[in-house]
Amino acid sequence: MESWGKAMNSLLFIQQDVLPALLEGLVMTVKLIIASIPFGLATGTCVALGRIYGNKPISFLCKLYVIFFKGTPLLILLFMLYFGLPSFGIALSPFTASVLGFVLCNGAYNSEYIRGAIQSVKGGQLIAAQALGMTRRQAIWNIILPQALRRAIPGCSNEMIYLIKYSSLAYMLTYIELTGAGKIVAARSFRYTLVFTVVGIMYLIMVSFASWLLSLLEKKLYIPGWSQHR
Amino acid sequence: MMSDKTENVILRVENIHKTYGGIEVLKGISFSVKKGETKVFIGPSGTGKSTLLRCINQLTIPDSGQIWLHGEEVTHSKKNINLFRQKMGMVFQNFYLFDHLTALRNVEIALIKVKGMDKKTAREKAMQELERVGMAAFTDHYPSQLSGGQAQRVSIARALAMDPDVMLFDEPTSALDPELIGEVLEVMRDLAKAGMTMLVVTHEMGFACSVANEIMFMEEGKILESGSPETLLNTPQYERTRQFLRKLMDLYGELGKSNE
Amino acid sequence: MESITVVIESLPYLLQGTLVTLRIVALALALGLCMGLPLAVAQVYGSLFLQRIVKGYVWIFRGLPNLVLLFLFFFGIFPSLGIDASAFFTAVVVLGLRSAAYQSQIFRGSILSLGEGQMLAARSLGMSKIQAVTWIILPQAIRLALPGWSNEYPILLTDSSVTYAIGVLEILTRANLVVSRTYQPMPIFLTCAIIFILLNYGGMRLLHFVENKLRIPGYGNGE
Repeated sequence: MESWGKAMNSLLFIQQDVLPALLEGLVMTVKLIIASIPFGLATGTCVALGRIYGNKPISFLCKLYVIFFKGTPLLILLFMLYFGLPSFGIALSPFTASVLGFVLCNGAYNSEYIRGAIQSVKGGQLIAAQALGMTRRQAIWNIILPQALRRAIPGCSNEMIYLIKYSSLAYMLTYIELTGAGKIVAARSFRYTLVFTVVGIMYLIMVSFASWLLSLLEKKLYIPGWSQHR
Repeated sequence: MMSDKTENVILRVENIHKTYGGIEVLKGISFSVKKGETKVFIGPSGTGKSTLLRCINQLTIPDSGQIWLHGEEVTHSKKNINLFRQKMGMVFQNFYLFDHLTALRNVEIALIKVKGMDKKTAREKAMQELERVGMAAFTDHYPSQLSGGQAQRVSIARALAMDPDVMLFDEPTSALDPELIGEVLEVMRDLAKAGMTMLVVTHEMGFACSVANEIMFMEEGKILESGSPETLLNTPQYERTRQFLRKLMDLYGELGKSNE
Repeated sequence: MESITVVIESLPYLLQGTLVTLRIVALALALGLCMGLPLAVAQVYGSLFLQRIVKGYVWIFRGLPNLVLLFLFFFGIFPSLGIDASAFFTAVVVLGLRSAAYQSQIFRGSILSLGEGQMLAARSLGMSKIQAVTWIILPQAIRLALPGWSNEYPILLTDSSVTYAIGVLEILTRANLVVSRTYQPMPIFLTCAIIFILLNYGGMRLLHFVENKLRIPGYGNGE
């Protein structure tokens, strides 16, 4: 009887105290993700293109970009942006600093997948397009990229999942997203295990949902007989 | 069963059935093999010949039917199947040599791990078997460094090292380049001459006719006809048998002339 | 410039943190290996029930953010179990459990890539499943997994910095202490970044070296 009462107590606690706060945090997390994903993809594409098709200086810069933003832990990057930049007169809000950090980091990883995907598109495609009179730019935009981006979907989807998880680091910049909300509620009530289990479940739901969505996307964009090239 | 031992029957197979993915691949196969006999299974692809061999050493479990080795039942045995497998050597179409081990280690490893031999004895035995198949000079080679024929001979040595009572050959030359087939068939011929009991699934008619005591023609999961090579070639019971043998001989050259 | 002197002065202190970081990474990798390998074998060769358990474990530890796991264990699970765990211990356990989840999938992939032939041949010689897995499957699968497995190193290296959140005295924590003392955030953090990039590079070179040493002639180029 006593454990039953305890369980009910916990459930009520979850419903009244925990969930509202967590849901607020969840909304903040989603904001972070939605802001970061498109820019992360765009950055990745630009860097990959710069590395492959750019002239020597650009290509080199892009290579440096990747080495720096892949090799630096995200948290350090975030600290640099939030605590470091003010000494240069740039004061970013926690949200902006977080998104910027995510985009830079995510972009670096994306660019590696996209670069691999571009290189896996057969060279003949570019030449054939140019033979038809397309400029290099047109050929890349209309022929190479559509194929490469499709090929990069599995890798970039992976990175998106990482983004969902690493969004939790925004808490370290005092942006109260889901994890941060959890910490606050747990600290208030000392029920860490319970609260963070709920937080964990919410992340698992988010990640699973995103994975499902992304696999749907992959199926939709699938071209028959395609994947076994090379 | 007593009669097995008195008649010198090593292997007896009765009424084996097996269904794969909705298709019945083996529809009641029965036969027996005496010591020193060589039985060759031929027939169109997909008629379950490989499945049959794998049922015999229980790498595939038949849906029904029984198998006896030396009069002991294998199929529903309480005894550890691994003990039975030691007595049945198997050679695969794709050799399946252990890629991370040299030829010598490939032959040794089961002797050490399964039979519990000490390293020195195992090594000597392994060298013996490799010599027997003509691969003594390749002991330190890795599988990727061997030609198909060489690899297959090593895999025969590996199976022989366990001193099996029966050798099962599952299309041993089908994955080999034509020039390499001869060296493997020669090893198999020598084995048969030396008195090994063998079950061979193959398309090599020349080999079948010169070595087999009995040829079993399988079609659609059943043994359509069986008999000595001469009988099957000259006076087969079914037209289908004659057709198939004709086809094989057209493809693989006349009997005995190929692989010489 | 002032910042350069600050950096040079704090370098020894930061580099001590490097040792802590490397210890965390090494221990977590080891824990991940010890758990990941059995998990992979269980998933490939185990019963359906066992497979489900492994899948569940992988789903949980791959789906949860590091930060959440660290908080959950450090503030929640360990205290409620009465374990007085240090931040370092929690860090190693959490990162190790996570790495095990990822490593199990890497090993699973390499085991599956061997094809059924190796197992068939081993069993046809009379080896039991356990013998076959130990002497034939795993020696090959582990070698095949090395390139993918090496990726765990940079991942754990980056993840180690998140342990700052529970107070582990690794590089980032020390950097923050230095920053709060000297008010030179950018140079210090930049130095950290460079340290990490170098650790990354050095580690990968080492792993490539090991990979080449363990290589078998002609291996891994298909059959």
